[in-house]
Amino acid sequence: MTDSSTSKSPTAPARWARWRTPLGYALGALVLFGLAPLVLSDFRLGQLARYLCVAIVAVGISLAWGRGGMLVLGQGLFFGLGGYAMAMHMKLADAGAGQLPDFMLLYGSTDELPWWWQPFSSPVVALAAVLVLPMGLAALIGWSVFRRRVRGAYFAILSQALAAAFAILLIGQQATTGGTNGLTNFQGFFGFSLHDPVNRRTVYFLIAATLLLLMLATRQLFHSRYGELLVAVRDSEERVRFLGYDPALVKLVAYVLSAGMAGVAGALFVPAVGIISPALIGIVPSIQFVIGAAIGGRASVAGAALGAVAVAWAQTTLSEEFPSAWTYFQGGLFVVVVAFLPGGLASLWHLAAARRRQRTEVVTAA
Amino acid sequence: MPGARGTRLAAIVLAFATALTLTACGARTGEEAGGSAAEVDTSGDTIKVGLLNSLSGTMAISEVTVRDALLLAIDEINAAGGVLGKQIEPISEDGASDWPTFAEKSEKLIRQDQVAAVFGCWTSASRKAVLPVFERAGSLLFYPVQYEGMEQSPNIFYTGATTNQQIIPALDYLREEEGVESLYLVGSDYVFPRTANRIITAYAEEHGIEIAGEDYAPLGSTEFATIANKVESSGADAVFNTLNGDSNVSFFREYAASGLTAESMPVMSVSIAEEEVRSIGAETLEGQLTSWNYYQTTEGATNEDFVAAYQARYGEDRPTSDPMEAAYTSVYLWAAMVEEAGSFEVEDVRAAADGITFEAPEGTVTVDGETQHIHKTARIGRISADGLIDEVWNSGEPVAPDPFLTNYPWAEGLSAEQPDGDGTEGHATDGEGTDGSSGEDAP
Repeated sequence: MTDSSTSKSPTAPARWARWRTPLGYALGALVLFGLAPLVLSDFRLGQLARYLCVAIVAVGISLAWGRGGMLVLGQGLFFGLGGYAMAMHMKLADAGAGQLPDFMLLYGSTDELPWWWQPFSSPVVALAAVLVLPMGLAALIGWSVFRRRVRGAYFAILSQALAAAFAILLIGQQATTGGTNGLTNFQGFFGFSLHDPVNRRTVYFLIAATLLLLMLATRQLFHSRYGELLVAVRDSEERVRFLGYDPALVKLVAYVLSAGMAGVAGALFVPAVGIISPALIGIVPSIQFVIGAAIGGRASVAGAALGAVAVAWAQTTLSEEFPSAWTYFQGGLFVVVVAFLPGGLASLWHLAAARRRQRTEVVTAA
Repeated sequence: MPGARGTRLAAIVLAFATALTLTACGARTGEEAGGSAAEVDTSGDTIKVGLLNSLSGTMAISEVTVRDALLLAIDEINAAGGVLGKQIEPISEDGASDWPTFAEKSEKLIRQDQVAAVFGCWTSASRKAVLPVFERAGSLLFYPVQYEGMEQSPNIFYTGATTNQQIIPALDYLREEEGVESLYLVGSDYVFPRTANRIITAYAEEHGIEIAGEDYAPLGSTEFATIANKVESSGADAVFNTLNGDSNVSFFREYAASGLTAESMPVMSVSIAEEEVRSIGAETLEGQLTSWNYYQTTEGATNEDFVAAYQARYGEDRPTSDPMEAAYTSVYLWAAMVEEAGSFEVEDVRAAADGITFEAPEGTVTVDGETQHIHKTARIGRISADGLIDEVWNSGEPVAPDPFLTNYPWAEGLSAEQPDGDGTEGHATDGEGTDGSSGEDAP
């Protein structure tokens, strides 16, 4: 499932390699749409839906970080914008026309809906906001940052600080955002009751389809002229500038697209998990998004997505077995991967292929 | 482009799969959703219950003690013959101080293990996160921690204090016994302190107490020099402290450094119990006030037995505290409800709940069937040098729970949603009639 178009070896494995990616995606679709719903209980399927949301964020990270070289340590910000946009609409839809969401009645003495909540009662506006808010904000941040040639650690710290600031802002506005409790207790999703297992299953399918579509689209982008340009900017920004391109613009596009994907993931996370809160979008979750992508392989779409799912899954299962040891394990794995396998687990494939080729060359030469 | 044909193929497969799933749509909101209520597994010789506490993460230090107290109660009940002839089998899950994890594990306990009831949760955020899971499945949660009130779910029994059993007695004490005329409010930045301070502000307005200042620090913050300076220069008569955990260490250190003492400006805390006193240090806290329903020093043979049993099991140096006691009591209350109902079914247990009493370590507690809170005695304590808390005042008799503060005219308008006056339940967090499991609560 790795991106193998770079291997130019004209031997038998290459003919096979041409089918490897489509077969991989077909297999992925088969597992997600056929196998998983068959063998997993509703409860485990709900967990898988949550992992897939993290995988969507990881796909965006593979674009911005893996190919674009921007260490996006603050994807929680965009995840949260998408999530809150969706959650606000679902809260308003639950409350009914002209009514206040339940938590506002509890914590706020306000008698009417704050003006910035009002547009979200429309499903169209809410859906648009899921994309427009994160992408618009990312465009604003990226435009001002990349033009000033802020990059590397400075960019990473900046993006992380923004995620932290957003979480603090939400906590402080308890009466209108639910504070640390966040927004919970959703009844319906666009008119469909979330109490019904059938509808929860549909939400899972929606998430799985979104993930696969975004993976395919991102993969196409990697192999487009733009994808080549992005890698060139990552590897040598100055050289690209001398060739007459504007690196700021190239990076901006990748950054905005990755923010959009995080926003979509956040919006799908809300009906799947039933909660969005500041604790899910601050510094720690933002770093966890990156860890999954790094362990799987940040430069490969499938590697990043699978890595994110695997880390999230391991977190659930290992924390059931060894509650206190999980964090150390995750940190240790991260260190090992960064130190010895910078391309992530996905690069194991290339390493193995390279070694095999080497060996055959040695054999034919002898 | 090596994979172009294959990519197209995959896209077609994908589109087909999406179309397929979208045709299978379930119930709309407001309709009765089929098959969502969870079953209780009563087939074996044992009856399973879930323990849902953070065993890792920032909340572990507090929640592990609650889990220990729950296990003690379960063992005691089992030794006495169990419930309805069945031994209780606890299944412990780690909420990991992470709210979606709480929701996920509660779903696992209910759906997969088919437990009869779940005991646990600490923070309001974790309770809010699991609430829809319990309401959807029609299962029971016993929540053992004092909280900010304004909630009344048919699927939760609240065995900790609501605001009129902890915060209002604390304010009454400060006003009547200490003659406090101005208060400074310091709290961690999350839901409980912010809601508590709204109630305190309304109370102060009614009773002519001046609020000299109100400050929040992020959870886990250790920067208190500025806040302590503001507290000192405000000249307030007392501080009302809703800080959580480690922040208290830094706050009290800066408080002492700016020359304040328990005599000059006492601090009333509602989140510092014996366990926290031990970790913050008794010398820092000596002489300060707390408000709870139970202390390790509370008089009575039941409490002596409880403390002895707990320390025999977990070590002589382990203190007992209010949330632990409320958790311990919650298991006994559930067992009594089940015995009264003669059934493990949630509806039967709820129907049998009203009026159930238990001789708890804190004194006699009684379940109020309407609010699903319990009658508890309010107690003000003073922290002593040996790390224990000595009671200086109590309410004399158990205080009836009033989660929405309907009996306090000054609290009107604090929450727009309150139960109706005619005794019907006003669900704090229910969507209007969309929840099948709570439909039978209508008059």
